[in-house]
Amino acid sequence: MTASGDIKAGDRIVHKVFPPIPRHILALYCGASGDHNPIHVDIDFAKAAGFPDVFAHGMLVMACLGQAVTDAVPPTRLRAFATRFVAITQLGATLTCEGTVAKLFEHNGERRAKLALTTKDERGEIKLDGSAVIAL
Amino acid sequence: MVDQSAVGLSFTPVTARVEPGRLRYFLNTLGEQNPVYRDANAARAAGFCGMPVPPTYLFCLEMMDVDDPFEMFSALGINLARVLHGEQSFVYHAPVLVGDTLTFRPHVTSVTDKKGGAMTLIGIRCEVTNQDGVHVADTERTIVVRNEVAS
Repeated sequence: MTASGDIKAGDRIVHKVFPPIPRHILALYCGASGDHNPIHVDIDFAKAAGFPDVFAHGMLVMACLGQAVTDAVPPTRLRAFATRFVAITQLGATLTCEGTVAKLFEHNGERRAKLALTTKDERGEIKLDGSAVIAL
Repeated sequence: MVDQSAVGLSFTPVTARVEPGRLRYFLNTLGEQNPVYRDANAARAAGFCGMPVPPTYLFCLEMMDVDDPFEMFSALGINLARVLHGEQSFVYHAPVLVGDTLTFRPHVTSVTDKKGGAMTLIGIRCEVTNQDGVHVADTERTIVVRNEVAS
């Protein structure tokens, strides 16, 4: 449990590296998430839409980031979680999720921290740019 | 193209039950090993009354039980092949646990043209309540539509 009362701005409290994303996971994630958009599993559909291949669901990548966050912060303390999908995540990408403390504040008497979150691939390209609010 | 007349449109409320088997499939797909999501004792030790769902699972629940997960796109005349997910946020007010039955009420909050009409951003907000009427979360997403520009 990393997110205790003694954290300060600038601390990196989230860090997790995921294995490369195979096609199989994209197929499983369709069923696991209910998001059956063929652009994530049907290469013919993806090509017809102008993409060279299928690509990961943004929400699959956000789920990885969420996993990295709740590895570090107990889910009872998570108050908000947001991301911007900056770039498409290609097949085979190796994702690294990180979160640092951006600021400490108080809300309705609860001490909270805002975390700045990123997910990058193995080339350092940002895929998700996000934030989380946690209770301390 | 989607225009301002879409703002305020609401869609059929979605009722979804948090089923343990489906949740396990989600956890397995993502390699999620955190015991808080898999073991009732670990969940209780973490302060939950039951097993909670991971932070993004609300998005999945909204899609899984709906008759037509792409109702919104067909209602707005959007081609699925031209849609990308731009932004997603969750605000959590109360825990969501295995066995809960949730109701999702989505509506369109904004329509914004970008890049001279090459893209349209559609904001959709969704209030989530549980079987006891507790307002458990609010979700917001921005859908990016790559418009087919006439040549």
